[in-house]
Amino acid sequence: MIPELGHFALVLALAIALVQSVVPLYGARTRDTVLMRVAEPTALAQFVLVAVSFAALVSCYVTSDFSVATVFENSHSTMPLIYKFTSVWGNHEGSMLLWVLILAVFGALVAAFGANIPATLKATVLSVQSWIAAAFYVFILATSNPFLRLSPAPFEGRDLNPILQDFGLAVHPPMLYLGYVGFSISFSFAIAALIEGRIDAAWARWVRPWTLIAWICLTLGIAMGSYWAYYTLGWGGWWYWDPVENASFMPWLAGTALLHSALVMEKREALKIWTILLSILTFSLSLMGTFLVRSGVLTSVHAFATDPMRGIFILVILVLFIGGGLALYAWRAPLLKQGGLFAPISREGALVLNNLFLTTACATVFVGTLYPLALEALTGAKISVGAPFFNATFGPLFVPLLVAVPFGPLLAWKRGDIKGVTQRLAAAFVLALVGIAAVCVVEGRPVIAAFGIGLAAFVIVGAITDIVERTGLWRAPFPTTLRRAIGLPRSAWGAAFAHIGLGVTLLGVVGETQWGAEQIVSLRQGDKVSLRHYDFTFDGTSTRNGPNYRELAVKFTVRRNGEPIGIMQPSKRTFPARGMSTTEAALMTRGFSQIYASLGEVTPDGAVAVRLYHKPLVLLIWFGCVVMAVGGALSLSDRRLRVGAPKPARSRAAIQPAE
Amino acid sequence: MCAATMRAAMGARFLVAALLLAGAGAPSYAVQPDEILPDAKLEARARDLSHELRCMVCQNQSIDESDAPLAHDLRVLVRERLKAGDSDSQVVDFLVARYGEFVLLKPRFEWTTAPLWLAPGALLLVGAAALWAALRRRRGSGGGPDAAVPLSDHERARLAELTGANRP
Repeated sequence: MIPELGHFALVLALAIALVQSVVPLYGARTRDTVLMRVAEPTALAQFVLVAVSFAALVSCYVTSDFSVATVFENSHSTMPLIYKFTSVWGNHEGSMLLWVLILAVFGALVAAFGANIPATLKATVLSVQSWIAAAFYVFILATSNPFLRLSPAPFEGRDLNPILQDFGLAVHPPMLYLGYVGFSISFSFAIAALIEGRIDAAWARWVRPWTLIAWICLTLGIAMGSYWAYYTLGWGGWWYWDPVENASFMPWLAGTALLHSALVMEKREALKIWTILLSILTFSLSLMGTFLVRSGVLTSVHAFATDPMRGIFILVILVLFIGGGLALYAWRAPLLKQGGLFAPISREGALVLNNLFLTTACATVFVGTLYPLALEALTGAKISVGAPFFNATFGPLFVPLLVAVPFGPLLAWKRGDIKGVTQRLAAAFVLALVGIAAVCVVEGRPVIAAFGIGLAAFVIVGAITDIVERTGLWRAPFPTTLRRAIGLPRSAWGAAFAHIGLGVTLLGVVGETQWGAEQIVSLRQGDKVSLRHYDFTFDGTSTRNGPNYRELAVKFTVRRNGEPIGIMQPSKRTFPARGMSTTEAALMTRGFSQIYASLGEVTPDGAVAVRLYHKPLVLLIWFGCVVMAVGGALSLSDRRLRVGAPKPARSRAAIQPAE
Repeated sequence: MCAATMRAAMGARFLVAALLLAGAGAPSYAVQPDEILPDAKLEARARDLSHELRCMVCQNQSIDESDAPLAHDLRVLVRERLKAGDSDSQVVDFLVARYGEFVLLKPRFEWTTAPLWLAPGALLLVGAAALWAALRRRRGSGGGPDAAVPLSDHERARLAELTGANRP
């Protein structure tokens, strides 16, 4: 009964989405207020219906109703409750339902809080949102229905892939989807602007909060995925340039570019057409991220053959939205008026440079990810494009971007003074050089590490310089500085935090990749091994039974200079339901660095292969991402962007100049 | 499940990969203690090479990271060649001759891969050129509100009148 209810709710949501796809748009074209206002109740109704559908599926999983095919495939009665819950989206069908749920949430939010958006634009945006929703409902109902029943119902489920039985699954996919789907709003706004043939600075202001929300979630989602991979996969890698990772990284790069270009549009009415294009591209990449990964086509072209219906559906949706969006762009964009002029050396110029490098970096990832596929399809030749390629191409594109980061916020709009900015960045330059010299003296080689640290220091100190300059720290009396700091627009703080976060992540990347150390040894009880300043003693092994697995743990005592500093217990788990095993690494945090221990093969004579790593500064990689997200959140709380906020109460004079 | 898919499934290591492809996953043990060469210099070269070689039955994984039996065999093979005195490029050539270009995670520059390798630079140049052109066009047209169009005689006279410069 409950699965049928969920199924039915989804069909109803499709029906409502079809109404919302047409009626408000027609109303907007004919200036019919009544028809336009249909969008709000339908968007809310879609949300309610999809929520009911999702709740129905959750209930099937939580109660282990194995008569539902997807529950049987992905769940087990002995799984802890949290994994029963998260396994709802640990598979294709359920994750698609999560996708449309988030889409419906965003649609409902625009309907409920978009009071300050002009009626025609809002109606058009919600109609476009509904096109996407309708396409996805049809896709789910036709090819990926999570509510299909099995008869007779099996007695026990097949269990969730053990590697997914982790808290990471509770956070990573929902965050990633919030990011992907959030960009659908900027897409809908872009399409609506093209349909209306009108776009101005206010448009950028209405889109910005949604883009920011999406960007924050995507940043955290990617960081979470990276940390999850790091602690679960047993050898401490945190980024693999895997096609699946690239699929989430491309929308992030494009979305970051979009945030910056929308800034120019909002402040100076320039880069309008480019911003529209980026909005379309960012969501297109999100769609591709969702779909190409889902379809398995990234692993092999032949994946389409296993489920041609799904594959063809995916292709049609991609062609409709990406092709349709770009065609509309080509047709209507020339009608949009270009805005303000600016000199090459200016804030706008810096943001254009940022966009040039970010989009090129994004395109590089795109080409690298899809090239093997295209080559195989065209010529049949099989090649691999992996981490070494991306490190060799992406790195050189990102370094100049990082060098330019501190300059951007310090340059004036319209016409900047590069000499003045360089002087103001003197402190950052000096600190970067000191950093390079210090690292060279203390650590010696590799030289690249020293330059990496120097660059990170430059980015961080450069971002702080902007805040120091604006608040007049050390030049004005302290109360004045404090007052200025409080009065500074939140978006200025946001930019500073986001840029600092970038530098912090870079510190972590340099530390982990350049100074990491490892020991791969075979150990027996009582054996000792040392790594850097740490000594490990193999105290013994123990076994225990978890709810749905058996575990073999090895106990190490860790000493530094002879003093015990803690115990590490890496383990291996065996899941009988799937006959699979996972390795649970043990992590010991020392400041921002970590010691990482994981187990390999256990030989019959009792020796255990142990992998020990010292990962200097590794936590900064993800900490930096969190700082970036905090920057995004600060920017989101900026008064001028507050969703549905009334006009600023303060007088214009009290508001800080644009940044 | 056939052996190849089983191994491929075990190779899925990024979690999203495992999640989204619904491929079964297993921990990567990668390099095993018994594989490591006593000669540290040779071992370091072997590790560097391993990072650039693909485990062909895995999903986008180097043989250094993979726990698949094939990756183990390749790691041992690389070390054997190095011990026999091969240079790095000889080892790579040997593996390419045996397994094809697919084994290289960083494809060589050839006519089939030229677009791949040239794309980043070409895109950057095209982007920069487009920006340059846009800048030139805007300056050339000069019709923008900010462009410095000199005042006409009439305007100058009117300005002087307004500012009172002609007042006696």
